Amino acid sequence: MTAEKKIVTVPDFRYSPHIDHVGVEERASRFTKRSIKAESKLNGLKLTLNMIDLTTLEGKDTDGKVKQLCYKARHLHDAYPGLPTVAAICVYPSMVSVAKKALGNSGINVASVATAFPSGQASRDVKIRDVKYAVNNGADEIDMVISRGRFLQGDYNFVFDEIAVVKEACGAARLKVILETGELVTYDNVRKASDIAMYAGADFIKTSTGKITPAATMPVTLVMLEAIRDFYYKTGKMIAMKPAGGISKSKLALHYLVMLQETLGEAWMNNHWFRFGASSLANDVLMQLEKERTGVYQSANYFSVD
Amino acid sequence: MAKATKNNTLKLKFDTLKYAPAPESKSSAKIDAQYDLFINGKFEKPLSKKYFDTINPATEEKLASIANANAADVDKAVKAARNAYNNVWSKMPTKERGKYIYRIARMLQERAREFSVIETLDGGKPIRESRDIDIPLAANHFFYYAGWADKLEYAFPNKQPRSLGVAGQIIPWNFPLLMAAWKIAPALATGNTVVLKPAETTSLTALKLAEIIQESDLPPGVVNIITGAGATGAAIVNHPDINKIAFTGSTDVGKIIQRAVAGTNKKITLELGGKAANIIFEDAAIDQAVEGIINGIFFNQGHVCCAGSRLFVQESVYKIVMQKLKDRIATLIVGDPMDKNTDVGAINSKQQLETIHKYINIGKKEGLEIFESNCVLPRKGFFCKPTLFTNVAQSSRIVQEEIFGPVLAIQTFRTDDEVIEKANNTAFGLSAGVWTDKGSKVFNLTSKLRAGVIWANTYNKFDPTSPFGGYKESGFGREGGLHGLGAYLKL
Repeated sequence: MTAEKKIVTVPDFRYSPHIDHVGVEERASRFTKRSIKAESKLNGLKLTLNMIDLTTLEGKDTDGKVKQLCYKARHLHDAYPGLPTVAAICVYPSMVSVAKKALGNSGINVASVATAFPSGQASRDVKIRDVKYAVNNGADEIDMVISRGRFLQGDYNFVFDEIAVVKEACGAARLKVILETGELVTYDNVRKASDIAMYAGADFIKTSTGKITPAATMPVTLVMLEAIRDFYYKTGKMIAMKPAGGISKSKLALHYLVMLQETLGEAWMNNHWFRFGASSLANDVLMQLEKERTGVYQSANYFSVD
Repeated sequence: MAKATKNNTLKLKFDTLKYAPAPESKSSAKIDAQYDLFINGKFEKPLSKKYFDTINPATEEKLASIANANAADVDKAVKAARNAYNNVWSKMPTKERGKYIYRIARMLQERAREFSVIETLDGGKPIRESRDIDIPLAANHFFYYAGWADKLEYAFPNKQPRSLGVAGQIIPWNFPLLMAAWKIAPALATGNTVVLKPAETTSLTALKLAEIIQESDLPPGVVNIITGAGATGAAIVNHPDINKIAFTGSTDVGKIIQRAVAGTNKKITLELGGKAANIIFEDAAIDQAVEGIINGIFFNQGHVCCAGSRLFVQESVYKIVMQKLKDRIATLIVGDPMDKNTDVGAINSKQQLETIHKYINIGKKEGLEIFESNCVLPRKGFFCKPTLFTNVAQSSRIVQEEIFGPVLAIQTFRTDDEVIEKANNTAFGLSAGVWTDKGSKVFNLTSKLRAGVIWANTYNKFDPTSPFGGYKESGFGREGGLHGLGAYLKL
């Protein structure tokens, strides 16, 4: 894939490309027909582990819970030597300092949701303070939510400006922009929101908060990957992708990797450019890796639940 | 922000051009060393005493010996069909006829895996296609026409539909079992008996279908399947006791057949070649349209009479369409048809590969811009890289003539009227595709394009309920759907 370097002008988002929903769903289902075996499967499973943002986003989260999750992030399954670690831990802003301390020099990033997650229904001032609080406590990545209400009202400038000021507040932290595709409903809206986020300065675009059903689906993710590709064609700038919510099985994760590989290519096939937002995916991947290694499935009791 | 002290980004090869091999097992496929002719419910040795080899085009290895029927064998088959027609099939209550067709459909479903494997071994198409498209669709044709068997008077109100008699059916090698189902199912549902000849390179699934027909207890002689090449087909066409000829294949052979039946009382339907226009407008959903281009020309290695082999792209989106098309071609996996990940399999025969190369050379000689996939082809077997010719004009031979391979001729256009004129400026008229987000444009084009099948925002979609057939040199008569019944009835 090649891109031309050009002067980037912000397009009129009303004219974002249209998506044919029958066609995109058909294409997404084609990726699930790939049969991933042997070395491809092993590499795919390890990549999946390495791309996970291990997540806990609950009202009842405590320091203790987050510390345990961080330990799990560093020691996924020590019975299997040489496993990679996950990419990041994803927590609320109030838990960032705990997570940062617990992860130490492991190389695992701390991602924090912010901007009045998950609804985003707060004033801009509150959102910016939320972001700054997380960043000051050591967050490496910020997962913001867009104002879906304003988007659905057609107030694209508001959404654009909000992302831009949040990006500024992030400083050196990488910004993930959550579109909450389950509330945007149509593929046309998903595409439009992806374009707005990328032109406004997103480092990642992300499907969902995990609090709304449906969360990530393959067709929605494909629409976003194609938006990333078009943005790359136009600007030469790579944007990362994070589907979140609803991906709990390794087989589905491998389908996503096939989709990533065949849409954006080799350069995106690592955790700098792709993440899975998931809490239960890791254990299923571990179970599959053990099955590949030993030839038999072990019960869930053999994998830690943190 | 604290600096990460360790790099935890893993880099592993998930796929480079190809995933790890994922071959379908051959164990479900039982292929005999030799196949005889299926006449009057039994497998009989050919009177010709001759056999020919059928090979796997992906490996060039021999799969089986196939009987080569001569005129005497054809005569025997036609006599069996006539006898079954006069004494059994035409007299049977229609709902009983339906039961047999349903039974064949169910048995085909039960043995779908075996049929898929054999279709791929014998014909070279990817196992994904024979498994997901050819075999299920063939079973669906039997199911669909089984339903019509006892409802013909409702299909044609105020008429008295009567069967024709013995149908001689000659089918091509691109969708061997599907074409057999396409021909046999409506013929049986309308009360006719059948003599069917599959193409010489792909006889196996038709002969396996004969096994199913035998097991289904269909009365002997109702379906006869005989094998052979052009001479066998000619003997069917010229046989005086055949009432109807149904042919799917090349335009050249279609013309010979039409000459041969001129002056006889034989009814005829011809489904011949095509050179379909696939038209991308600037307001189309481009990513999905690119999928449609891929599906239009690389489905079944381009061995599709309705393949979208002439691509028309509106000039304002030409650059982006080409960029995306080339990126997409890079992800196509070309190779072993038995691998579940293969997108483009083997060319059906050496002869067809030579024809495709001939046209690629013509394109090169004409000085056209060529783009080939950078995939690596297997050393054995008949394979062809997905190929694009860009900046071509209407006057080019690769635009005018059917190539029947993975070769796409790409032209640009400026306005609706221009593309309608260019799309219709061909000797063929089988199919077309229109890609636009605007409904009114779809209706404008579909009413003005001279093609039997026109797809809007999709391509190469087939369904038993939908009629299929062409204009001009693409033939006449319709198969499939309600229309398909009419071709086998006196109304």
